[in-house]
Amino acid sequence: MSGASITIPAAPSRRRRMWRRYGLAGIGAGIVLAWLLVALLAPWIAPYNPDFVDVANRLQPPSATHWLGTDALGRDCFSRLLWGARISLLAGFTVVLLGALFGTFVGMVAAYARGWVDEALMRLTDLVLCFPPIILALAIAAALGIGTRNTIIAMLVVWWPKFARLARALALVQRGQEYVEAAVVLGLKPARILGRHIVPNAIGPLVVLVTLDVGNAIITFAGLSFLGLGVVPPTPEWGAMVAEGRELVEQWWVATFPGLAILSIVLGFNFLGDGVRDWLDPKARSR
Amino acid sequence: MKDKRAITSNPDAPPVLEVRDLRTVFLTDAGPVRAVDGVSFTVRAGETLGIVGESGSGKSVTALSLLRLLEEPARIIGGEVRFQGRDVLAMSAEELRALRGDSMAMVFQDPMTGLNPVIRILRQLTEHMVAHGRQTPQVAKRRAISLLGRMGITAPERTVTSFPHQFSGGMRQRVMLAMGFANDPALLIADEPTTALDVTIQAQILDLLRGLNEDFGTAILLISHDLGVIGNVCKRVAVMYAGEVVEEAPTAEVLADPRHPYAWALINAVPRIDQPLGADRRLTSIEGAPPDPLNLPTGCRFTPRCPFKLAKCETHHPPLAEVAPGRLARCWVTQAGQVLPRAGGAGVPASPRERTEPRQPLLSVRNLTKHFPLPRDSLFSPQRVVHAVNGIDLDVARGETLGIVGESGCGKSTLARLITRIHKPTSGSITFDGQEIAQASAAAIRPLRRRMQMVFQDPYASLNPRMRVGDILAEPLIAHGLARRGAEARERVAELLSTVGLNPAWASRFPHEFSGGQRQRISIARALALHPDLVVADEPISALDVNIQAQILNLMLDLQQRLGLTYIFIAHDLAVVRHLCDRVLVLYLGKVMESAPSAELFARPLHPYTSVLLSAVPVPDVAAQQTRRRVILQGEPPSTLALPTGCPFRSRCPIARPICETPPPLTEHAPGRWAACHFPGAFDPQEASPRLGLHGLAC
Repeated sequence: MSGASITIPAAPSRRRRMWRRYGLAGIGAGIVLAWLLVALLAPWIAPYNPDFVDVANRLQPPSATHWLGTDALGRDCFSRLLWGARISLLAGFTVVLLGALFGTFVGMVAAYARGWVDEALMRLTDLVLCFPPIILALAIAAALGIGTRNTIIAMLVVWWPKFARLARALALVQRGQEYVEAAVVLGLKPARILGRHIVPNAIGPLVVLVTLDVGNAIITFAGLSFLGLGVVPPTPEWGAMVAEGRELVEQWWVATFPGLAILSIVLGFNFLGDGVRDWLDPKARSR
Repeated sequence: MKDKRAITSNPDAPPVLEVRDLRTVFLTDAGPVRAVDGVSFTVRAGETLGIVGESGSGKSVTALSLLRLLEEPARIIGGEVRFQGRDVLAMSAEELRALRGDSMAMVFQDPMTGLNPVIRILRQLTEHMVAHGRQTPQVAKRRAISLLGRMGITAPERTVTSFPHQFSGGMRQRVMLAMGFANDPALLIADEPTTALDVTIQAQILDLLRGLNEDFGTAILLISHDLGVIGNVCKRVAVMYAGEVVEEAPTAEVLADPRHPYAWALINAVPRIDQPLGADRRLTSIEGAPPDPLNLPTGCRFTPRCPFKLAKCETHHPPLAEVAPGRLARCWVTQAGQVLPRAGGAGVPASPRERTEPRQPLLSVRNLTKHFPLPRDSLFSPQRVVHAVNGIDLDVARGETLGIVGESGCGKSTLARLITRIHKPTSGSITFDGQEIAQASAAAIRPLRRRMQMVFQDPYASLNPRMRVGDILAEPLIAHGLARRGAEARERVAELLSTVGLNPAWASRFPHEFSGGQRQRISIARALALHPDLVVADEPISALDVNIQAQILNLMLDLQQRLGLTYIFIAHDLAVVRHLCDRVLVLYLGKVMESAPSAELFARPLHPYTSVLLSAVPVPDVAAQQTRRRVILQGEPPSTLALPTGCPFRSRCPIARPICETPPPLTEHAPGRWAACHFPGAFDPQEASPRLGLHGLAC
């Protein structure tokens, strides 16, 4: 065969390609996983009780006994940081998952039903989107009262519309696909068409948004706590911890470490979300 | 009638493009795919060379390799491309940029995405000339306008300031051609330039390409899957299969007497509009699919599908060798002097299938209309409406096949979706087996759905990518209570798969594991799952390769005979409609222009629109091209936003007179022959003269 003399160059090794494609996503997943473990194991790995007040040792700089120092009430910053991961992750996941669930439902129903149902649901979505989300959440949280649960509820109210918007757009694209028309011609019921044909094919970008958005929700929750709305003291929470350290210029460790924690977890979710997006996009995957 | 192309082609002209042993591979995760594997050809100045082959044969990758437009993971690993004596593969990025769009230009398949939507047409044309330092902006503007005029765009001075979205597909392809010709290229590479266009627009573009080749002496490399298109423009043709050229020869000789079994199969798989129908309506098709590019056979790559193979073919890879003066073929059989037989069927006079007794229609449609309101631009702007279907009457008798043809935008797909009630008609009636369904609610129609199914155009979009084939086929059975979940459904699915010629064991696969033709078989199996009486097929074969088209058409014919199906077959390919259908309905702007038994319609069309459509079909036979007088319909269908008054075809009709301002009713001119024209049968393309404002063309 004439092709025998032709040498075909080797493709870059599988490992190199996987690293180029999913390296950052892997780092992101690692960070998120590490924080999840910390949150889960906080009671066992935290060296001190996070709420134990020791005024005699207040505002100690980082040392061998208190790795990240102590705060104004002498509580161990490291232990509070570990415990804080629980609240942040819980709030982030709850808000995004419930928001995505509700938003997707609203968006898909609007897209499938069209007509006045679509009109009504989408105008409601627009109405919520009209308000600046943080301010609206602030108002709701203030009205409901301080507390983790109330803050989560307040955030949920402003969180679902973006999912509704995206879900509707995705479902509209799917609705025009020939296999959805085929399902109509086969005489399938609307719930089945929506559940079996439209949702599974529209879910990809929603998953990406969910992953990217957990980081956002964590920031927002920390922000609300920073403003004094999130958690009830003395619950350890990163945003509240930053707020406590705000005035303490000399004692830099009080605000810096919770800030870094927020930074790392948001970065982790962003890397992970980008990776999921590339993985779900067949065009990016072939590179 | 003199063949004008003979003047420009000169065997001693200097070669513009020489390709020697070109090899391009795709470095994929699964291994290297040899997309182009040792391709050689020469294009001389002013010559026209066609490359034909099915999808995956490497023809487009060849074209992209010539301009080095490929990106990773594709890589050119060997061979030589010399353009005007210069080695293209050794050029720097700078030299390549100077070459592309200058002396070597390319026109792509999809005119809808080829133009930048936010830049005016004029800028896109002149940018190109100015960037290559050919013209000053003023001169470039004048040249752009004159080029557009040459490409057949009316009032180019005004239209150059438009944005691309204001142009139709055909007009955009003209702009793309103007861009290609802007810098007087020595070679124009056109990759499937008419595949996305209607047959009437295709005829215009092919005519234009031929004219440009004659007027400017530009060499043309035309890539197409359609031998009719190639035969229309190109003097020579190279047939590609599995990355190799398997036959290269003058087009006329290949079409008349192919010397490679694959070329033979390509030619015989296509129903011909200019030949009598055989008594047996099955088409010649070769079984199987192209070889796995990761695992090519050691012998001739066509062996597994070849009906003429010898023992030698299995083990020895044939070279591309001369089988006759000026004719190369890569085949042991014809190199040994054997002649491939002519396909049977041709020459046997058509015996029209017996359709005597008038039967109860299964489906009857009366005065059906569908208008789609567009979203308003603002609260106060008038409501704009697309008039997709405007009063259609039709009857389909049990067991017959009704063909529906027309250009895109004529409402044929909307009509299919109205009949199957995916859309709700604006007005009119649809009676299916005695039941009125035009305005019935979704729940009321659901029981009837079993008896009326649909096969869709795009085999890649019509199957849910996230469901296994077994689930896709079982879903309707379970929904209608025809089979219980589990063993019973599985058994029925296996039965369905074997009915359409697929392996029942494939039920656990996902759609992406199948080829286009196999997917279309699955789509047909799904339509058959509920034992329908009527199957509406909306362009079921237009996205497939010709050989696969023949397989699917044969399958549809078989199923009709075995199961007594009634078909509504929507297509833009008239040769296929003629082959398959008992009666044909010609639509234009959502109205019936003509309706007649197939044989009579194709033999003697009554409506001038039908005549023009028929003459626009390219025929894969150079001799026939020369004797057939073609009428090329100018212009495009008017907008469906505002319907014209009077006869809808009036604005493009070659024989329009003042009386056409009153709309002609659809009347029966002979038994079973209906036409909506004041002068039925008065237009004969053979006598068309330029006086009628037509572009009568002898080719």
